[in-house]
Amino acid sequence: MSENYFEAAVQAAAKLGIQDVEVHYRAGSEALTRFANNAIHQNVSETSQSLSVRLLIGQKSARATTNRLDADGIARCVAEAAALTRSMADDEELMPLADPAPITPVDRYDPETALCSPETRARGVAAAIREAGSLTAAGIYSTEDLTEAVFNTKGIRAMHRETMARFSITTMAGDSSGWAKASSVRCGDLDPAALAATAARKARLSANPREIPAGAYTVILEPAAVLDFIGQIMPGFSATAIADQRSFLTERLHTKLFDERIQITDDVFHPLQSGAPFDGEGLPRQVLALARNGMPQAIAYSRAAARKAGAVPTGHGHELPNDTGEAPENIVIHGGSATLDEMIASTPNGILVSRLWYIREVDPYETIMTGMTRDGTFLIEDGRVTAGLRNFRFNQSVIEALSNVEMLGEAVRTSGEEMFDMVVPAMKIHGFGFTEVTRF
Amino acid sequence: MKDRALEALDAALRTGVTTFADVRLVESKDRSLSTKNGRAGNAASSEDLGLGIRVIAEGCWGFAATSDLSKAGIEAAAKLAIEIARSGALAKHGDVALAPEDAHTATWTSACEIDPFAVPVEAQFMHLLDIDRELRRHKGVTMAEGSMQFSRSRQIYVSSIGSVIDQTRTVSGVGYAAHSFKDDEIQKRSFPTSFGGQYQQRGYELIRELDLLMHAPRIAEEAVALHSAEQCPEGIYDLILESSQLGLQIHESIGHPIELDRVLGSEANYAGMSFLTLDQLNTLKYGSDIVNVVCDATETHGPGLGTFAFDDEGVPAQCVDIIRDGQFRGYMTSRETASAIGQTRSNGTMRATSWDRLPLIRMTNVSLLPGKQSLEEVFDVNDGIFMETNKSWSIDDKRYNFQFGCEIAWEIKNGKRGRMFKNPTYSGISTEFWNACDAIAGPEHWVLWGIPNCGKGQPEQVMGTGHGASPSRFRKIRVGGGYR
Repeated sequence: MSENYFEAAVQAAAKLGIQDVEVHYRAGSEALTRFANNAIHQNVSETSQSLSVRLLIGQKSARATTNRLDADGIARCVAEAAALTRSMADDEELMPLADPAPITPVDRYDPETALCSPETRARGVAAAIREAGSLTAAGIYSTEDLTEAVFNTKGIRAMHRETMARFSITTMAGDSSGWAKASSVRCGDLDPAALAATAARKARLSANPREIPAGAYTVILEPAAVLDFIGQIMPGFSATAIADQRSFLTERLHTKLFDERIQITDDVFHPLQSGAPFDGEGLPRQVLALARNGMPQAIAYSRAAARKAGAVPTGHGHELPNDTGEAPENIVIHGGSATLDEMIASTPNGILVSRLWYIREVDPYETIMTGMTRDGTFLIEDGRVTAGLRNFRFNQSVIEALSNVEMLGEAVRTSGEEMFDMVVPAMKIHGFGFTEVTRF
Repeated sequence: MKDRALEALDAALRTGVTTFADVRLVESKDRSLSTKNGRAGNAASSEDLGLGIRVIAEGCWGFAATSDLSKAGIEAAAKLAIEIARSGALAKHGDVALAPEDAHTATWTSACEIDPFAVPVEAQFMHLLDIDRELRRHKGVTMAEGSMQFSRSRQIYVSSIGSVIDQTRTVSGVGYAAHSFKDDEIQKRSFPTSFGGQYQQRGYELIRELDLLMHAPRIAEEAVALHSAEQCPEGIYDLILESSQLGLQIHESIGHPIELDRVLGSEANYAGMSFLTLDQLNTLKYGSDIVNVVCDATETHGPGLGTFAFDDEGVPAQCVDIIRDGQFRGYMTSRETASAIGQTRSNGTMRATSWDRLPLIRMTNVSLLPGKQSLEEVFDVNDGIFMETNKSWSIDDKRYNFQFGCEIAWEIKNGKRGRMFKNPTYSGISTEFWNACDAIAGPEHWVLWGIPNCGKGQPEQVMGTGHGASPSRFRKIRVGGGYR
C-alpha cells in the first residue's frame, strides 16, 4: 500500500519533469487510556497516515508533507515540494539521493498489542488502581501500532512496522508519592498491578519525609533517573554537532572523560531496544561503540557529515533537510553485576533517587544539568533506607557524574519522561550536587 | 468542512447512548525555514486535515480522531469514541458533569496584515541569510542559525448543544542566534529571544517590525564577549529581568500552577500537580501589592498565541483576574473542572494542539500587567544584577522551586549598568519570588511574548501560549546556584 503512494508521488513528480524523489510514509494507530484520582478521565485514540515528499532538482532540495493521500492530495504535495525546492538557492554540499544497501530487519510487531482494545487497557488500569489500595493513583496505559517507510527513486525500499505498549503509574499519599513505568513492544510483557505495587511501596516508604540540607551526596540513581539524566548528553555523539562546535565532545573525542567502567553502545538490534533499523535517508543503522573504557571513541555520521569528515555514514541521519545532522537513538549503557540492595548496603550515608524531573541544560560544554528529584527520594544510613526525603534540586555535570561512578547494576529497558527509552543500569555515584531543597 | 463535522456529530449522537458530543475538524498548513552558517538548513511545508470526536457515554469521556474523512472513516471514529467512553466505566467514580454553556454560532479570523504564505520563500531565505552573514562577520562566532515558522489553521467546532464555530488563526515566528565556542566554553546570544524567537498571531508584518538585521551585530558581539566576561557571582542580589525572561517566569511559576485540571490531579502522573490547592483561592498572597496578572484570551489583550474568539469546547474568550493587587483570585478552568469546584461557568481555556488531540486546559495569554515605574526607576538599585534572554528553565512538579539560566547579565551599581557577567542563573520559591517584586516598568516597555513549545498532557501536546510583561525588579533573590 505505502509503495503505491510512493509510485503516485513519482508519477506526479515526473509530470513536473522531476526524477529524483524520496518519500517517507507513516501510518498507524495510537490509543491511550489515562487515569487520575483512581478513575479513567481521558481516553483517546488516533488513526492517521502521512506522506512526506522530498525532491531534488539540481543542487536544490526541499520537503512537503500531507495527510491527504488521495490522488489530488499527493499531486498537490509534490507540486508544493517542487515549488519550495525551486525557490531554494543552489547548495553545493547537497548530496544525491542515497543508494540502497541491505537492511537487516528487526521483528518488533506484536499482533496482540496492535489489537489491544479500550476494554483491555481499562482492565489493566482497574487492576492497578485496586493494587494501589488506599493511595490515590494516576497514570496511563497506551498501545500503538505504527508503520514507517522510506522510498527513493534510486531503489531504496525500507519498511518497518512496530508495536509499543506503555504503562505508567504515580501513587500519592498525604505527603509522599511513588512512581513506576515500563514499556515493551508486547503489551503482554507489562504487568500493571506489579508496577502499581512498586509505586505504592515507594509512596508508603517515603511518607513523612525528612528535610536534610542540600550538598554533595553519594547517590544511587535507579535506572529511570540514569536515563533522564545521563541520557541528556547522547545527542552530542554527532558529527554535525561536533562540526558546529555545539557538542560536549568538541575537541574531546578520544579523550578519557568517564570512569573506566563506562561503556556506551548504540545498537538498534539489542533485544531490549525499539525502533526502525534504518535512518531518515533509508540507510541501514550500524552498531556504534560510542564509548569504551570511559573514552568517547565513536560518533554518528549522516551521509553529508561523513562526506565532509571523510568518514563512513553510520545510518543515523535525520530526515532531510535539517540543521542537526544525526544522532544515536538506540542507546545501551552497559551494566555491571551489582543489585540495588547491594548498592544500598554498601552506602553508609547517601540518597536513593527513584526518578528525576524537568531536566534542562545549564552548561552545554561541561554538561551541567539542573532538575528535581521526584516521586520517591530516600535517605540511606548505615546501608539501609531509613526515611523518605523532601525533594532536591540538583546542578550536576554528567561528565563528572560518569567519572564518579562507584557501582553499576544490570542494564534494563527503561522509560522516563525526559528522554526516549534506553537500556541503562542503576548507578551509584559519589559527589552528586544537590543545591536546594523544595517544599515537599 | 462544516458538513463533514456535522456528519461526524450526527454519527456520534445517532446511537442514543451519547449524552454529549463535540467535533473539531481542523485544516492546517505550515512552512518551516531555517539557515545555519550561510546555508539553508530546513525548508519544509505541510498540510494536514482531520477530525476529532469527543463524546460522553455512560458518564465517561471517549475521544477518537481520524484523518480518514470518508463516510466509513467518520463512522468508524464515532463508533470507537463511544466504545472508548464505555470502557471507562470499568474505572470510574461518577458521571462527568459540565458547567452550562450557551450554543454559539460564529466565524472569527485572527488579524493578519501580510499573508506570510504569499511572501516568496526566496525573500524569506534572503532575510535569514542576510542576518546569518551579519552574525558571522564578527570574529569568534562559530555558528549562526536562524529560522522562520508560519502556520495557518482553520477549525470548525460543532457540538450537541448546537454550537457551530469557525475560527482561522495565522501564526508567525522568527528568531536567530550566534554561538561561540572558545576555551572549553560554548556561549550563545539570541534575538528577539531564545528557542525560536518571537511568535505572535500575526502575519509577516511581525517579521518586518522586529528590525532583525539591525540587532545582529550586537548579538554577535555579545556572544563572543561573554568568553571574556566574569562568571556571574553567587549570592543574594536585587534582580532585574527583561521582559522575555519574565514572560517565561510567569509561564512556569504562575501559568502552570493555575491550571485547575492540574490542581485537581489530572496531570499528576506526568506534568505534576500544583501548590495552589483549592484553599488558596482568595486567601493566598501570591505576590506583592503591585503584582496584577490576568489570563486574557480576548483580542483586546493583543495578538498573543493564546488569543481566540472561542476555546476548543465552545466557550467564549474571556479576561480573568489571576492575581489582583497580589492576591490569588482565579484558576484557568474548563466546563468539567469549573463544575467540579462549583463554579457556574468555564472561563474558556480548553485548547488542543490539533484535530488528533483532546482539548486540555492551556494557558491563553497569562500576563503581568504593566506597572507605573520608568525604566530608570526599575534599574535604581545600589547592587543588583540585570539578566536577559532565557538559556535554561526548570521547576518542580508542584511549581514551588524554580531555577532559570539566562544568556547574559550585567551588574547594576547605583542604577548604572556595569560589568557583563556570563552564565547567570537565579532560583527561588514561586510565591516568595513574586512577593519580592517591587518595581514593574510601564506600558511603553510591555511586550506580549509568544512561547510556541509548551508541553502538557499524555499523549503530549505542544501548544503556543502568550505572556505579556515589562522589565521588573525583585529584591534579595538567590543568584548563581547553577554553577556551584
